[in-house]
Amino acid sequence: MREASRDRLQAFLTLLPSIILIGIFVYGFIGNTIWISMTNWGGDGALALNPEMQFVGLENYIDLFTGFLSSGFRQDLVNAVYYSIMLLAGAISLGMFIAILLDQKPKGEDLLRTIFLYPMSLSFIVSGTIWRWLLAPQGGVNILPTYIGLPALDFKWTSSTRAVLEFNWQNLLQIFLYIAAFALILIGLWILKSNPDRAVKRWLGPGVIIGLCAWLGGSLLPQALFMEETHGFNLATLGIIIATVWQYSGYTMALYLAGFNGISQDLRDAAMLDGASETAYYRHIAIPMLKPITISAVIILSHISLKMFDIIFAMTGPDNAQTGHPALSMYMTTFRANDFARGAAIAIVLFMVAALFIVPYVVSQYRQRARG
Amino acid sequence: MKMSLAKLCLVFAAVLLLAVPQVSQAKELSGDLEIFSWWAGDEGPALQALIKQYKAQNPKVNVIDATVSGGSGVNAKAVLKTRMLGNEPPDSFQVHSGQELIGTWVKADRMEDLTFLFKEQGWMDVFPEGLIKLIGTDDGIWSVPVNVHRSNVMWYIPANLKKWGVEAPKTWAEFLKIAPKLQKEGIVPLALAQNWTANHLWESVALASLGSDKWNALWSGKLRFDSPDVVKAWELFGKVLKYTNSDASSLSWQQATDMVIDGKAAFNIMGDWAAGYMSTTKKMVPGKDFDWSASPDTTGEFMFLADSFGLPKGAPNRDNAIAWLKVLGSKEGSDTFNPLKGSISARKDSDLSKYNVYLQSAAADFGKDIVVGSLAHGVAANETFMGGFAQVMEMFLKTHNAKAVSKACQQLADKAKIGK
Repeated sequence: MREASRDRLQAFLTLLPSIILIGIFVYGFIGNTIWISMTNWGGDGALALNPEMQFVGLENYIDLFTGFLSSGFRQDLVNAVYYSIMLLAGAISLGMFIAILLDQKPKGEDLLRTIFLYPMSLSFIVSGTIWRWLLAPQGGVNILPTYIGLPALDFKWTSSTRAVLEFNWQNLLQIFLYIAAFALILIGLWILKSNPDRAVKRWLGPGVIIGLCAWLGGSLLPQALFMEETHGFNLATLGIIIATVWQYSGYTMALYLAGFNGISQDLRDAAMLDGASETAYYRHIAIPMLKPITISAVIILSHISLKMFDIIFAMTGPDNAQTGHPALSMYMTTFRANDFARGAAIAIVLFMVAALFIVPYVVSQYRQRARG
Repeated sequence: MKMSLAKLCLVFAAVLLLAVPQVSQAKELSGDLEIFSWWAGDEGPALQALIKQYKAQNPKVNVIDATVSGGSGVNAKAVLKTRMLGNEPPDSFQVHSGQELIGTWVKADRMEDLTFLFKEQGWMDVFPEGLIKLIGTDDGIWSVPVNVHRSNVMWYIPANLKKWGVEAPKTWAEFLKIAPKLQKEGIVPLALAQNWTANHLWESVALASLGSDKWNALWSGKLRFDSPDVVKAWELFGKVLKYTNSDASSLSWQQATDMVIDGKAAFNIMGDWAAGYMSTTKKMVPGKDFDWSASPDTTGEFMFLADSFGLPKGAPNRDNAIAWLKVLGSKEGSDTFNPLKGSISARKDSDLSKYNVYLQSAAADFGKDIVVGSLAHGVAANETFMGGFAQVMEMFLKTHNAKAVSKACQQLADKAKIGK
């Protein structure tokens, strides 16, 4: 046997147990969940030793998106999107800002770094409970102004019932078309520089056309619901977003700080010699160089934002439409309402949304490696 | 001689044979007993008192207290379900009696019928008939209730009411008359907390609007949820909601009760664990520092909920579990547990001198009032309905659309097979 092939065999045998275990416990269970989500396992006798289950196809999913009783889930899904966007924007910009400040090598940098990183070591349940008190309507943050003689605030951080940026779920198809058009245009702009011809033909053109059609012909499209149902950005989610940003901006700070320290001092000196200001240095040199770090921060934070279960549970409880999240409604549907099939369907929807974040990352990683 | 020896042996054997069943009956129980509950924190001592009593009777049994904390059993129920699905039941587990148990575990054929125990212990006579009907089906009786709580109680501070010049309303019409006046003075007329307390308020309002007959008809499937009667109940609920605090969803029920104690709110509708909270935690004297009445329009009706224990099929230590259930249903057991827990006994013959003033009045009402089942606490409807109802409630809190919500309730009832 040749040396190389024996090495290969050894490597394969070493990996085999984990391949089998991951195959069963990750992919097997994902498959099982998909299967359960396509049955009608739930209701009476759902917990029998051998519960009756029938294959119903995509019925659970159709019900989640268009059923009369599922408006709670749809609100949760909209919330999840806003949670993700706000957490990403907040934690990355705040983390980057702190990292830039610390990169100026102030006195006691080590201590400050520890202080900023510390919140991440708390569990969400703990920080959620603390923030629940801080954001209580008649205490905490709201009475801060009284210490300097101003009237207390009365903003309801976690219990406001107001929503902004509302849209009507009835126009589900139109919304899907808008999203598709937006994605196409985004990809088109992304590759516009490297391959302008293909970008216009394949991505930008179709994107603009779909968007226009959806805009002009929106009223002709069939409606998903028989009555109006508006969802939007609930102001009550602000409290939870503040708490999560507080917890995770230290983490992005650490990522960026490591990146900034990795840039050689020579490069910085060279930029300064050429007359670049601090702002210009960060804007044109440092931050663009840290693109891989930004991407990994986005990936990690976005999947954290989809797993925001404990902090919401600790801050506003399980049944609160204003701050709901699909992860919570999955748990409650499965373990309180005994509707296992529906719970599985919600889990798969969440899984798909997570894939939306992860797959582009994995693809771009493979591309980079293929290019060498 | 030989013959007599043989005879002697025979007699001896016969004596032994007769004695054996008695010996085995008196045989001490041993082994484990796993009790699964969500009684931690404030309710822990009451459970411990019961376990102590059990240990005194069965010293050789090793009691495993498997408590999973979390209000109204949110976490415990999830753990229990995964254990049962994995075919690893505890010996006995806590469950709200009524449809929450029947719709989940009895329908799944996972529970043993306890009728034999009720007959053997003479419980058929000591528990009220209405109660036995609510915890049983045509096929049997499914749990031993340890306590009874009342859900339709309105709490207030008499001194405060005097100060504001109002009286505790007997009807919702009266409440709606005095509420604007209170609101004008900056007092919240009715304190409310997070989602489940809204469900709790709803059941009191709906019972007031429908009356006990129609309330029962609703849960037996004879009255539809989209009928005008129920729409009217939702409309009344909407009117009452206008006089509640706007930060309700971020408060716990204790904080809502605190609002009444602190004079920020006039009334609060909560189950009678609020009496336990005020008398034990806040050291207030029932009847003097705080007072109560049946929630408006429900005088003479007792909306009950009960914690109970059942016997799952395939319990590893069945005999020990049955001995445990006997302790729970006994007069001593129930009179040890309830004064500590702040609830009344489900038995008609309990020793009232052990209970405080509030509990005595509740026990007296339980004996004479019409007993109906609570929705928010698992007696009236199964878990499918309850899980969905929380979302329907959120829908109503957002839209205040009584008709749409009634329609949603009917869809939910169809899905949950209410009354079928």
